[in-house]
Amino acid sequence: MSVFILITLVVIVFGIIYQIAKASEYAAVLNGEEKVKQQTNKLMASLLVAFFLLGMYGIVKCHTALMQHMIPESASVEGVGFDSMFKTTLIVTGIVFVITQTLLFWFVYKYQSRPGAKAAFISHNNKLELIWTTIPAIVMAGLVVIGLKNWITITSPAPKDAQIVEVVGKQFNWLIRYPGKDGVLGNRDFRKINDENNVLGLDWNDKDNKDDIISQNGELHIVVNKPVKLIIGSRDVIHDVGLPHFRMKMDAVPGIATTIWFTPRYTTAEMKVKTNNPDFVYEISCDQICGKGHYSMRGTVIVETQAEHDAWLAKQQSYWDVNNAPAAPAADTAAVASTTMNN
Amino acid sequence: MNNEAMLHDATHASHHDHGHEHHEQHFITKYIFSQDHKMIAKQFLITGIIWAVIGALMSVFFRLQLGFPDKTFPIMEKFLGEWAKGGKLNPEFYYALVTMHGTILVFFVLTAGLSGTFSNLLIPLQIGARDMASPFMNMLSYWFFFTASVFMFISLFIETGPASGGWTTYPPLSALKEASMGSGLGMDLWLISMALFVVSSLLGGLNYISTVLNMRTSGMTMTRMPLTIWAFFFTAVLGVLSFPVLLSGFVLLIFDRNFGTSFYLSEIFIGGRALPNVGGSAILYQHLFWFLGHPEVYIIMLPGMGMASEILSNNSRKPIFGYLAMIISLIGITVLAFLVWAHHMFVTGMSPFLGSIFVLLTLLIAVPSAVKVFNWLTTIWKGNLRFTVGMLFALGFVSLFISGGLTGIFLGNSALDIHLHDTYFVVAHFHIVMGVSAFFGMFAGIYHWFPKMFGRFMNNTLGYIHFFITIVGAYLIFWPMHYEGVAGMPRRYYDFSAWQSFNSFQGLNAFISVVTIIVFFAQLLFVVNFFVSIFRGKKVTTQNPWQSPTLEWTTPINPGHGNWEGPIPTVYRWAYDYKDNGEGGDFIAQNVPLKDGEEAH
Repeated sequence: MSVFILITLVVIVFGIIYQIAKASEYAAVLNGEEKVKQQTNKLMASLLVAFFLLGMYGIVKCHTALMQHMIPESASVEGVGFDSMFKTTLIVTGIVFVITQTLLFWFVYKYQSRPGAKAAFISHNNKLELIWTTIPAIVMAGLVVIGLKNWITITSPAPKDAQIVEVVGKQFNWLIRYPGKDGVLGNRDFRKINDENNVLGLDWNDKDNKDDIISQNGELHIVVNKPVKLIIGSRDVIHDVGLPHFRMKMDAVPGIATTIWFTPRYTTAEMKVKTNNPDFVYEISCDQICGKGHYSMRGTVIVETQAEHDAWLAKQQSYWDVNNAPAAPAADTAAVASTTMNN
Repeated sequence: MNNEAMLHDATHASHHDHGHEHHEQHFITKYIFSQDHKMIAKQFLITGIIWAVIGALMSVFFRLQLGFPDKTFPIMEKFLGEWAKGGKLNPEFYYALVTMHGTILVFFVLTAGLSGTFSNLLIPLQIGARDMASPFMNMLSYWFFFTASVFMFISLFIETGPASGGWTTYPPLSALKEASMGSGLGMDLWLISMALFVVSSLLGGLNYISTVLNMRTSGMTMTRMPLTIWAFFFTAVLGVLSFPVLLSGFVLLIFDRNFGTSFYLSEIFIGGRALPNVGGSAILYQHLFWFLGHPEVYIIMLPGMGMASEILSNNSRKPIFGYLAMIISLIGITVLAFLVWAHHMFVTGMSPFLGSIFVLLTLLIAVPSAVKVFNWLTTIWKGNLRFTVGMLFALGFVSLFISGGLTGIFLGNSALDIHLHDTYFVVAHFHIVMGVSAFFGMFAGIYHWFPKMFGRFMNNTLGYIHFFITIVGAYLIFWPMHYEGVAGMPRRYYDFSAWQSFNSFQGLNAFISVVTIIVFFAQLLFVVNFFVSIFRGKKVTTQNPWQSPTLEWTTPINPGHGNWEGPIPTVYRWAYDYKDNGEGGDFIAQNVPLKDGEEAH
């Protein structure tokens, strides 16, 4: 009921507003339409210019107000290129923005209709067209060159000595697998997945899996100044490993392994000092809509020194050991059984 | 010649029909199953407006959640019932709202509502035709759209809610019922609705193309057409070539959902079991989707570009600057629009080499866009500017197109996209450029051609208020979002409070939400102005209220079916002859013969 009352009220209010606005039309007739038209034209030109000036002022204000909330400079070596390229693009587009918007509103003011004024009959100018086609083309070419240079760096194969970590998304958290002592990630098969004791579907017939470590709390431990290569996968729908501090991002697609690599520059501890925030933590965000818990699919990255990392690694039990040896074969048969059922 | 004969027949037919003043058409054939392009245009427009209000209201609901995640709004429960129990939006339904907001605004409002309205209204009127090439197909086009609307509308009320995988509905999320509630019946209805929508848009598009190519009045060469027609023509070309690809993508998705195929599915463990599907590629869908999805952006932009060109020129009392350059840049945009789709997919693991090709082509499209902007600026340069409401919106269109277009240069460069992808930077970019800017083109068109549609004016005062609240509001909402995006804040999040990197923007989010609500009510002001003015607006008393040289203003104030009462006017000059007519006027209509010694432009 109250909804209807509310809707009726809104309708009445808008009806009244319309009537008031309508009155201005009658007033215009009384005051002489031509005169009112000229006054309105003048008013609109002034309002547009006011909008432009306030807008430019607002841009500056907005910038000073929001810069304090930005994340710090790139925490990865490869992301430094992003930061500088972003700045270059910002300057280029900023110049174009200011020039074109200024011209737009300046012309609005300068060429507003005045009594007796006539527009010039100018239909085209091929020289101008040529100039403003060529200049943007050259500028764009410049940006493409910078962009591709960075793109090639980012997408080139990871260095041989890179640490390898697998990150697998599932609704709605990240599973992280380290290769263990042998440095090799064993094979896995989605048919062997079992939420109780084989979350990634590791193939236990593959010896390489026996020492693999799986962390289910979404913590990615990596080493400062050492390249890390992430092998990214998904168990169910598409997710995306977003690493805003490192300026990196890559989709996690079921059935396809994707990779990114980067070199962290600062440990988490260093960042705590740098950002003046004792609780600072690198976050992994899911950047591809993946269902109702998308917004809560949070992981963290712990960047540490090699010594800290080794100490941490030494404390970890392999996934095989966690689920202790005797229980595993049973799980294996269960997984095989479910595979046969599905087939 | 054949065409000419047909037109003469039509003239006679219409004379028979309208010979007696009150020998009117039946209500049903006049207003419902109408084959008159003007009535169909109005049908598209009004349906579009209704959808726009629904879509905008959805954004108000999810902005309340984003702005004030720890508060409850009992009023939401009144509208949304179980989905907002106790006034708190359910996360599942938040995603449904976001998805529907996108689908509705992109397809139902800015595609059907925009080119459906203005292509229908203006193509026959401005090229001098009595109606579309096939009025019957045109009617079908609207009714397919209407049926699509019904299916989409029904999906809002079902128990599991409408589709909730984002407007792009990427599988596997959209393919598997286990993945989210909206991927059940809601997704089926979404697919049915969208398939019907594609049919509607193809029927419309083919009609627009054949009308422009075949039905021009004598003397109306292609290079004498107003830029609106050029823009609608290329819009239709884009739609006809890309919508079928989208449909094929949908068909495969329907197969994956219902018939056990594995086009998009591979190696999935969900709902506690491993699915049998192996060998599909989730990325294939994205290729098919964006092969439409990117041209779609231009399907939304081009009509606004065409109308802004026309309205800027008309209200500057000056020809459009660089008419030919404008057409060439439209062609450039149309061709390139098909070659840039994968810039939406830089971070899907696609081959980096392929990525770099798409960087090049994407940044290339900035060139014709820049050319258009410069030509608009030089159109108003040395003009005699009349600030009608339509003109203000056209100017706003240019301002927003610049702002939103420039941020595209960031996103089109893969090395920047790798950080900005799927953040609020993208949200800000596309809302400014293809959301608000396209809307400004549409508003400009509505205010400008309302007199032709209904024989009355919309109220100016309300129009001016509407304009200023909307442009100020749009910048206040979307400008700061760029900063959130640069900070890496992901889009489509229900709540940021748990995220240390992003929760410092909470105050800003609340601010944006408040502005959104204000802007929403300003749009209602427009809706009221629109509907009340149909019946109570100031009557149009002169045939050509904007003193425009184009043909639509040579028809009677309230044109009947067939548009011109006598024979169709013959065209002697281009659409932008804003020069002294020798009698104190500052333009010469297209149907005025050349004077002695005068050269055609």
